Amino acid sequence: MAKPAPLDLRRRYDVVVVGGGPAGLGAAVGARDAGAEHVLVVDREPEAGGILQQCIHHGFGLHHFKEELTGPEYAQRFLAQVTERGVDVLTDAYVLDVDRDRRVALLSQDHALAPVDAGAVVLAMGARERTREAVRIPGSRPAGVMTAGFAQKLVNVAGYLPGKRVAILGSGDIGLIMARRLILEGVEVVGVFELMPHANGLSRNVVQCLHDFDVPLHLSTTVVRVHGRDRVDRITVAPVDEALRPVLSRAWDVACDTLLVSIGLIPDNELARHLGVRLDPVTTGPVVDSTMQTSRDGVFACGNTVHIHDLVDMVSQESYLAGSAAGGFVTGRHTPADNVRLTPGANVRYTVPTTISTDREHTVYLRVQKPMTDCVLRLGDVHAKPLRYVVPAEMVTLKVRPRFLEAFHGGTLTVSVETREPASTKGAAA
Amino acid sequence: MRYDVAIVGAGVIGCAIARELSRSLATVALIERDVEVGLGTSKANSGIIHGGHRAHDGTLKAATEWRGNQLWGELAKELPFGFERVGDLTVAFDEADLAVLHETLEQGRRRGVTGLELWDAERLRREEPNLSHEAIAALHAPSAGVVNPYEACFALAESAVRNGVDLKLEHAVEGIDRDGDGFVVRTSRGDVAARFVVNAAGLFGDAVARMAGASAPTIRARKGEEYLLDKRLAGYVGRVVFPTPSGESKGILLIPTYDGTLMVGPTAHWTADHGADTTDLDTTAAGAAEVFAGARRLAPGIAEADCIAEFAGLRAVADGEDFVIGATEVAGFLNVIGIQSPGLTAAPAIAQDVVALLAAQGLELEPDDAFVPGLEAPVRAAQLDFEELARVARGDPAFGRIACRCERVTEGEVRAAIARGARTMDGVKFRTRAGMGRCQGGFCAWRVMSLIAEATDTPIPAVTKKGGGSWIARVRTDAAERSDAPDAPDGTREVAHG
Ligand SMILES: Cc1cc2nc3c(=O)[nH]c(=O)nc-3n(C[C@H](O)[C@H](O)[C@H](O)COP(=O)(O)OP(=O)(O)OC[C@H]3O[C@@H](n4cnc5c(N)ncnc54)[C@H](O)[C@@H]3O)c2cc1C
Ligand SMILES: Cc1cc2nc3c(=O)[nH]c(=O)nc-3n(C[C@H](O)[C@H](O)[C@H](O)COP(=O)(O)OP(=O)(O)OC[C@H]3O[C@@H](n4cnc5c(N)ncnc54)[C@H](O)[C@@H]3O)c2cc1C
Repeated sequence: MAKPAPLDLRRRYDVVVVGGGPAGLGAAVGARDAGAEHVLVVDREPEAGGILQQCIHHGFGLHHFKEELTGPEYAQRFLAQVTERGVDVLTDAYVLDVDRDRRVALLSQDHALAPVDAGAVVLAMGARERTREAVRIPGSRPAGVMTAGFAQKLVNVAGYLPGKRVAILGSGDIGLIMARRLILEGVEVVGVFELMPHANGLSRNVVQCLHDFDVPLHLSTTVVRVHGRDRVDRITVAPVDEALRPVLSRAWDVACDTLLVSIGLIPDNELARHLGVRLDPVTTGPVVDSTMQTSRDGVFACGNTVHIHDLVDMVSQESYLAGSAAGGFVTGRHTPADNVRLTPGANVRYTVPTTISTDREHTVYLRVQKPMTDCVLRLGDVHAKPLRYVVPAEMVTLKVRPRFLEAFHGGTLTVSVETREPASTKGAAA
Repeated sequence: MRYDVAIVGAGVIGCAIARELSRSLATVALIERDVEVGLGTSKANSGIIHGGHRAHDGTLKAATEWRGNQLWGELAKELPFGFERVGDLTVAFDEADLAVLHETLEQGRRRGVTGLELWDAERLRREEPNLSHEAIAALHAPSAGVVNPYEACFALAESAVRNGVDLKLEHAVEGIDRDGDGFVVRTSRGDVAARFVVNAAGLFGDAVARMAGASAPTIRARKGEEYLLDKRLAGYVGRVVFPTPSGESKGILLIPTYDGTLMVGPTAHWTADHGADTTDLDTTAAGAAEVFAGARRLAPGIAEADCIAEFAGLRAVADGEDFVIGATEVAGFLNVIGIQSPGLTAAPAIAQDVVALLAAQGLELEPDDAFVPGLEAPVRAAQLDFEELARVARGDPAFGRIACRCERVTEGEVRAAIARGARTMDGVKFRTRAGMGRCQGGFCAWRVMSLIAEATDTPIPAVTKKGGGSWIARVRTDAAERSDAPDAPDGTREVAHG
């Protein structure tokens, strides 16, 4: 591939977007559409597109484009929109630091020169995978224990295989997708071991990636030991009791040369922390208001850096909003400040955003703590939405329309998910 | 050629001896089984340069600990590795402990250890507010320090090689035969002839001695598990913290590592098979429980939930628990074995003693006038400010590309580490910190693997985590059978001949 001529980098941009994954690209589009003239996207990889570039499977864009695309195709659509709008995309470049005056220090082999000044900044650094260390599996530390996303990169980007006989810890989506991918590559997948009594990935992935390929899914089971000196040679797995403690008397060994760990993602937030943006201890991402603005004026955030999404379509929706708010911030468009605080109530881990405004429509994203069926999502006592089921693996969205809040004067609304009381009609008027 | 000295084992002991010998014109071969130096016990320990007051009187440990402590200060001026005298505290919880502290204080003073001081509860609370309020006193030793032990090994070995030592990696010693007034050391990669042989083979010290027909105490492996805590707790304690010791073990410690990460450990238990030839480097649930209970006794705010990494190391313990340093009944064959804790601390002193022992046996030590004590420090992008880094990156664009984002390591640093001897993922990691951060290599591993493959002309499937059978990736099932396998997207072409 011929290297494109180095970008003619400006010293000042209206909006600088950190990270060129779907969130960053969506934000750049939003910012241009909202009138920001000069927009820069910086990405560390040689090509923008973020994690999507290694997701060569189908399943992206059903909501946003109403068709089923691969990850790279989805990224391509956004790259085209970004190019169309004259956004500068600087790849192979790393944002070292954003300071309180929104000066962006970036390192790139062609531009390791001066910092770039930004009218507004959008943080879209994505997430990293939780590792073996995060769940502390005892045993030895041989080669062959790796995250599912790293294995995905090995197979889909680099063209190598992680091993011959693979066990998977955790039923996160990436692990499920990798189970199928590896089987198609002729690798033996001996099983998926999940601590919880339910799968952690999307139901469609459990069916299409495991059931269709006869890969056993062991629920309420975990890996309690890794064996092997140089390379993994087996693992010990054990069922867990209700308190999630392994029952070692019922442990058994599984021969394998690879253990893929697929136990979730965590927002990547070194930059935000350094910048002194307020972080939410539950999501570990920045606390954002209804315009995706962080606790620092002119600094916005979106995508997996704020909270983990299961569908890229939601990332695009959220990041377009963040980008247009950043554009509005630099063009001086006035948006009424938020006047309602949302607090997580029963069976709700968190909400994004944490505040909303009574004057316009919002999409509120939330995750539940535990699965429930026949339940109702309540927004204080102003609105209730019946839900057939909820699971922690699937993000729940709630459209909050101004009419719900017509008669509301409170200031705080509790968001909760409760089992539906049989004969109650209270609030279920939506 | 025949070397004057062959050293078996390139842990911190072998490396320190080689470096010390490289001050002279003596010819030296440093022979190591592994693919890099220092990947054994010398990388998996607490990294403490002990204050010098703790080893029991009358032991070789005591004879080398304080001197070693002082010599580390000098080495750190010459060679690039992380070292800081942070000081240590031994904490007393009752009157019996306090009596032990008084004895240790006296012992240290007799040995010439400077700066020792007893702190009362109030002083302790002021200096280390996160320690248990049940502590009644502590002994402060400002001489103690922390070191990045792997960096120290790399630097000692590199300096030795710069000054003429031949480093023979991936040479497993399999036999040692007498040959006239010297030896032929049989290795997996051919013979090495030498007049003197120094046995610094760590856990395999007794086996290597047997090869030469020399007697040696049995070496047994005592495992220590260590747990690293999240960066969030950096600065939680400023000094290394020990409980008052009981018996051989120093107990569970709080260790603010040189890199700022808080580490807790180590346990001290014989490995399951008791032998030195063990593969048991497992961490265990019981070990974790013991470590966190011990750590919480010192600082109740420490919790297992903050653990981000863990490892185990094996102490090479000789019968009698002391170091075994000296001549054997086989003239010209020296043992430097059973170097358990505080072996890291003592290493530079042991090296001096071994050189003196060799001289006593007739090795001529003419000083090498061309000896260069220093080594240039590697660039550490994470420690440079923006302007400095921009300047370096203008000189070499590889320093303008980040390879590891968690620890902010540039591709230039990875390349430099490989040029200085890194051959494995662990070798790069312990030289540059690439892969040591929160993502534990998830993002950067592929880039680092590609750089190793490219720089050392190795196919990707031959790139390992730590040598031997620790491969990371293998060729695709179909690619293995096809000769027209596609190039990997980054232009590396190993697919076809892996
Ligand atoms: C392995 C995997 C499989 C998935 N499968 C599906 C699926 O099948 N269907 C679906 O709908 N969704 C899927 N998702 C979810 C979806 O892809 C993510 O939600 C989406 O990619 C998140 O977008 P993002 O832009 O926030 O993060 P990312 O895509 O991670 O992008 C972040 C970008 O920022 C860059 N960056 C970070 N820090 C810096 C810095 N300091 N300087 C410069 N650049 C920086 C990174 O290199 C990266 O390119 C999957 C996610 C993963 C990880
Ligand atoms: C958990 C733990 C914590 C510790 N904490 C501290 C501390 O805080 N402070 C301190 O001072 N000390 C500490 N120690 C002790 C210290 O780590 C050791 O004393 C020191 O590393 C010993 O170095 P060595 O060179 O003798 O052994 P090693 O590092 O084991 O080196 C021996 C080398 O010999 C090689 N070898 C073996 N057999 C052959 C063969 N046949 N052919 C070729 N090569 C061979 C091996 O591959 C190895 O590289 C600790 C030890 C442990 C286990």
